[in-house]
Amino acid sequence: MSEFRNLIDPSDFSVDELYGLIADAQAIISSPDDFKHTADGKILASLFYEPSTRTKFSFDAAMLRLGGQVIGFSDPTTSSTAKGETIADSAKTVSQYADIIVVRHPKEGTAKLMSKYADCPVINAGDGGHQHPTQTLTDLLTIMNCKGRLDNLTVGVCGDLKFGRTIHSLVTCLSRFENIKFVFISPEELSMPGYVKETIAKRNIEFTETSDLESSIPKLDILYMSRVQRERFVSEEEYLRLKDVFILTADKMKLAKPDMIVMHPLPRVNEIATEVDSDPRAKYFEQVRYGMFIRMALIKKLLNL
Amino acid sequence: MINVSKLKKGIVLDHITAGHGYKLFKQLHLDELEDVVVLMKNVDSGKLGKKDLIKIETDMPLDLTVIGLIEPGITISYIENGECTRKLKLRLPEKVDGILTCKNPRCISNVERLENITFYLVDAEKKEYACEYCEARTKL
Repeated sequence: MSEFRNLIDPSDFSVDELYGLIADAQAIISSPDDFKHTADGKILASLFYEPSTRTKFSFDAAMLRLGGQVIGFSDPTTSSTAKGETIADSAKTVSQYADIIVVRHPKEGTAKLMSKYADCPVINAGDGGHQHPTQTLTDLLTIMNCKGRLDNLTVGVCGDLKFGRTIHSLVTCLSRFENIKFVFISPEELSMPGYVKETIAKRNIEFTETSDLESSIPKLDILYMSRVQRERFVSEEEYLRLKDVFILTADKMKLAKPDMIVMHPLPRVNEIATEVDSDPRAKYFEQVRYGMFIRMALIKKLLNL
Repeated sequence: MINVSKLKKGIVLDHITAGHGYKLFKQLHLDELEDVVVLMKNVDSGKLGKKDLIKIETDMPLDLTVIGLIEPGITISYIENGECTRKLKLRLPEKVDGILTCKNPRCISNVERLENITFYLVDAEKKEYACEYCEARTKL
């Protein structure tokens, strides 16, 4: 059994630990120079078994800004996996070289499996449609910095709620904070899965489900938009029919509170019209930047630096 | 009416759902025992209407996890000198190691052909377990 702290699922951290991590990230944001030698001499192994430029760059940049170094691959055909090495053996081997492992893999549960065999902490950078915990941490830091709190919020999540793993993670994680209300906005075909609703219902969290984005906007403190992914649909016709249903426009933004914020895990297709980008309430590009800072705080925490 | 005499020493598996007795008999490999074993089917039961029942005339270790998974409502009585010395009422085990396999084709356990996967009980009413890796639910 692993003796290290890992991040496989957002629930690996308590609410107090999440606040602590956010406070650390905020300290890094306000004084980045103070942390540029924090991870001197440490090596991060970045194992990307499927492409993800954004997440990989974010982790690499985070480690480099802490003074550490990065090894790894972003194409599994260049790794030992191509020779048939098991995930367990890869974890054991790589952890002899590196101080911390970041792994993305198309199969669900891979990070958990690696964490059982690695001799160093493992961070899940996405395991198929299962979990993407550092996106959730990024979202929490964005909410904290833009709204000043993680409790007493009405959060609307819109788009593909059925397959959107970042949304499942965020909703489950936010439901651990006080007085959170959710509005789930999606076409019926892409509604929130039962197990997520069961989890938040057990925590006595209030939620409503609707397919009307426009009438929902005025009551929201946060609107979290998501992409309707082409690969999730059985037929092209079904995708084309649903992809434009929930598009956020400047006109719809006029209905929102002056301090509502718009978030999105990116990349977007067309669910947020580019005209919204210049609205000061649009926070999705800031969110990307926060992603790097929370990853710096996470690496620091897991390496006990 | 068929009468089976009282056990002097052994184990009684009672309150088995009618029709499940043979499955349990096979799973526990009772056909390999050399001691007396009785499987009774469709016995009248006040609680269940009909039930199956197994009497084993020996003391043997039982895999309670397997029994709990197949028949969570079962009662196990241990008999010594014709008297019941210990009675166990089973329920679904909270954790199951190495018995269930994950049905999610996207789970790493199916790619790496992992053995001894742990499943955690997530919904006793629906008899649902979650895979330790992908958390996909398996219904018994």
